[in-house]
Amino acid sequence: MLKILLERARQGHRTFPFPDHEPALPDRFRGRPVVDPAKCVDGCRACIEACPTGALARAPDDPLRLDLGRCLFCPECAAACPTGAIGYSTDYRLAARRREDLVLEDAAALKRAEALDAAARRLFGRSLKLRQVSAGGCNACEADLNVLSTVVFDLGRFGVQFVASPRHADGLVLTGPVTANMRLALRKTYDAIPAPKLVIAVGACAISGGPYAGHAECGDGADGLELPVDLYVPGCPPHPYTILDGLLALLGRL
Amino acid sequence: MTAAPGTTAAPATLHNGASIPRARVPRLAWTDFRSALLAAVDRGQRVAALFATAAPGTDAAAAAARSAGAAAVPGAPAAPAGPAGPAAGATADRPLLFWAVLADDHAGVLHVATTLVEGDSFPSLTPHCPQVHLFEREIAEQWGVRPDGHPWLKPVRFQPSRRGADSDGDGAGGSDRVGAHAGAPARAGGTRAEPARPVVGVTDYFRVEGDEVHEVAVGPVHAGIIEPGHFRFQCHGETVFHLEISLGYQHRGVERAVLAGPTKRVIHYMETLAGDTTIGHATAYCQLAEALADCRPPPRALALRGIALELERLANHTGGLGALANDVGFLPTASYCGRLRGDFLNLTAALCGSRFGRGLVRPGGAAFDVDGTRAADMEARLAAAARDVAGAVGLLWTTSSVGARFEGTGKVAHETARELGLVGVAARACGLARDVRQSLPAGIFRFAHIPMCVWHTGDVSARAHVRWLEIQRSAAFVGEELRRLPGGAARVPCGAPLPGRFAVSLVEGWRGEICHVAATDAAGRVDVYKIVDPSFHNWQGLAMALRNEQVSDFPLCNKSFDLSYCGYDL
Repeated sequence: MLKILLERARQGHRTFPFPDHEPALPDRFRGRPVVDPAKCVDGCRACIEACPTGALARAPDDPLRLDLGRCLFCPECAAACPTGAIGYSTDYRLAARRREDLVLEDAAALKRAEALDAAARRLFGRSLKLRQVSAGGCNACEADLNVLSTVVFDLGRFGVQFVASPRHADGLVLTGPVTANMRLALRKTYDAIPAPKLVIAVGACAISGGPYAGHAECGDGADGLELPVDLYVPGCPPHPYTILDGLLALLGRL
Repeated sequence: MTAAPGTTAAPATLHNGASIPRARVPRLAWTDFRSALLAAVDRGQRVAALFATAAPGTDAAAAAARSAGAAAVPGAPAAPAGPAGPAAGATADRPLLFWAVLADDHAGVLHVATTLVEGDSFPSLTPHCPQVHLFEREIAEQWGVRPDGHPWLKPVRFQPSRRGADSDGDGAGGSDRVGAHAGAPARAGGTRAEPARPVVGVTDYFRVEGDEVHEVAVGPVHAGIIEPGHFRFQCHGETVFHLEISLGYQHRGVERAVLAGPTKRVIHYMETLAGDTTIGHATAYCQLAEALADCRPPPRALALRGIALELERLANHTGGLGALANDVGFLPTASYCGRLRGDFLNLTAALCGSRFGRGLVRPGGAAFDVDGTRAADMEARLAAAARDVAGAVGLLWTTSSVGARFEGTGKVAHETARELGLVGVAARACGLARDVRQSLPAGIFRFAHIPMCVWHTGDVSARAHVRWLEIQRSAAFVGEELRRLPGGAARVPCGAPLPGRFAVSLVEGWRGEICHVAATDAAGRVDVYKIVDPSFHNWQGLAMALRNEQVSDFPLCNKSFDLSYCGYDL
C-alpha cells in the first residue's frame, strides 16, 4: 500500500488543462495542410499525382481542391512538390459538421465545426454517452479514441463517456471504411441506439474509405452509407486533441 | 519462372531480407514437398508461410497479371482501385501453385519450395503438422480447394473464393468447398451469375452437448473500443471447455489490392494493415521492396527504423501492461501506463510527426532524419518515460492481488505452443526461444543485438513478464541507438523491382514475427504477395489458453495475447 502511495506521488498530476491551454504538439506534426498558390508552377500536377487517395484535385483554371476527408496527412504531396507550395501546419483543429466543409480550396480557411442547436445541446451538452464501432478500422483511430479516457485527456470531466451498450448511448462513433462483413453489425448497433442520436465519423477511412476507398471488400466509410453524420474528424488517425476539439465544439463547450 | 517439375527434391535456401532468382525456387513433386515440410518441422523449423497462387501460365494467372499490370506501371492513372473483385476467369480446374516458407531459427536461414496442386482437393498436412491448420483453411477459402482430412475446416475470413466464379455452376462438386459456402443464403439482389457470397459468422461452430452445458456468444461488436470479432464459449457452469474464435469482420482485401494497385497506395496499406504495428509492417514491406530491387538502405536508415520499431514495442507493451492491470481491477498501474504509452507514441511523433509512425518508413530508408539536438531531446524524454514505466509496472510484481490473478491463468503448455507454431511474446512466454531479431536478423539487428526475453510458465503472468523484460531491453536499445546514430544519408533511391526475383522479409514486430513474401514476374511486376501477421499464428493459442478457465477470465487472457483482428483479417 505504501509503495502504491509513493508511486502515486511520483507519477504526479498529468491531466492537461485543455481547452484552456493549447497543447504543445510536435514540430513535425502534420495538421491542416497549407497551400501557397503563388508558388504553384503552371500546369504542375506533382502533388495531385503523388496523393494516394485522390484527396487533391484541380480542374483547369480552378484553385487546388483539397479534401480533408480523404487526406491521410502523409508526407507524399509535400515531398513531391518542387517549389514547397504545399505543406502542413500544426493546426490540429480539423473537425467539421458537413462533408462539404472538409473540401478546401487553396489556402481557404477550414469552416470549423459549429455547436449543435440549443435543443440538442440541452440533451447532450452536459452528458454525452457514445458507442464506438470499428468497422474495418486498423486500431489506430480506435487507439486514439481509447486514449481520450486516460488521465491526460480525461474525457469524463466533460461529461463524455464511451459506453458498452448501444442502448445506453446517445451516439455512434464510427471508425474504419465499413467492411462488407461489418455492415450488418454496424446497422444493428446504430438501430439499437435510441433516438435522437448523433453519428461521429473518425478518421479518413470512416469518412471516405481512406486508402480502402473503392475496394470491393468494404464501403467508402460514411460516404457510402445512408447515415446522417453530425461530426467529421479527419486524420489517419486524427490526433486525440483533434477528436477532443471536435467533440467539445459539437457540444458548444469551447 | 519456376524450374521444371521434378528437377529438384530439396527446398532452396535464402536469407531474411535478401532476394534470390525466382527460377531457383524449386517446384517439387507433392510427395517431396510434403516430406520436406514435415521433416523440417520435425527438426524444429517453423512454417512462416504456406499459401497458394494461380500456377503461372494458367488463365487465372494471366487474368491476375492483367488486372495487376495496368496499375502496377509507375505513373499509371491515379484512379482508385476499381470494384473488381478477385481475378476473374479462374476456374476450379486450373492448377494452383503452393508455396511454403520455412524458418530455421538454429541455422538462421529460410527455406522455400513450391508444388503444383491440380484438381479440387489435396491431402491435408494438418493431422501431421498442426501449425499449418490455418494456412490450409486460408488456401481452401481463397481458392476453393479442399484439404482432405483437415480436422477443422472452416472459413477464415468469410471472403469469396478467388476462383469462385464457377462454383455455382457445378452443383454437387462445389458443395464441399469452403469458399463456396453452400447452404449460406445468397445476398439479396445478387444475380444468378454471382457466386454465393459467404455470410460472415455463419459456419458450423463446435458444440459441446450435455446436461447444464451452455454457450456464450460474444461479438462481433464488443463492449469496449476494440476491433470486431466473434467468440463462442462452450461452458459448463463457469468453466470454459472450449473457445471458438471466428473472425473476418475486418477483411479489407489488402493482399488483392497490393497486387492490383495503384502502387502508390501500397505503403499506406502496409501502414494501416494493423495500425498499432505501422512500423513493423511498413518495415517488412520496405525490406522486401529493397530486396527485390537490390537496393541497400544506408546504416542510418536502418538505425532510425530500428528505433521506431522498438518505440512501437515500448508503446504497445506499456499500454498492454496497463490494460492487464485494468482487467484485474488494479487501477494505479492501469492509469499510469495509459499516460506513459502516449509518451512513447509522442516520441515516435517527435521523429516523424505521427504518433503511429505513419510516413516514416519508406523504400530506400527513412523519410525523416534526426539531428543531434532532436536525438538528445528524444533520449532525455525516453529516459524519463522509462523511469516512470519502471515505477508503474513495478507495482504489478509487488501487489499480491495482481499476482493471484496473473499466475496460473490462461496457461499454454510449451508443447502446445510449439505444435501450433506460436510466435512472439506468446511463444517466448511458453519458453520457446523465438525472436527473428536474434535468429534471422535483418536491418539494424545485424549490427545491434537485443537479448531475447523468455519466460517459461506460459500463463498471463509469463506474457506480462516477457513484455516487461522487453520494455527494459527496448528502452536501452533506443537510448543507445539515439546516442550513436551512424552518419550518412537516411534514405537512398529505391528502384523498381528486378524481374524474376523472390524474397522473404521477416520483422519481429511487438506481437511477434511479421512475414511478407513476394515474387516478381519476367517483366518485374510483383505477381505474388503474401502477408502473415503474428496474430495469424497466435489466435489459436488464445483458444487453448481459455480451456478450463472461467468465462470471466477471458478479457484478461485476451489482453495478455493482445492480438490484431485486422492483421489477421487482412
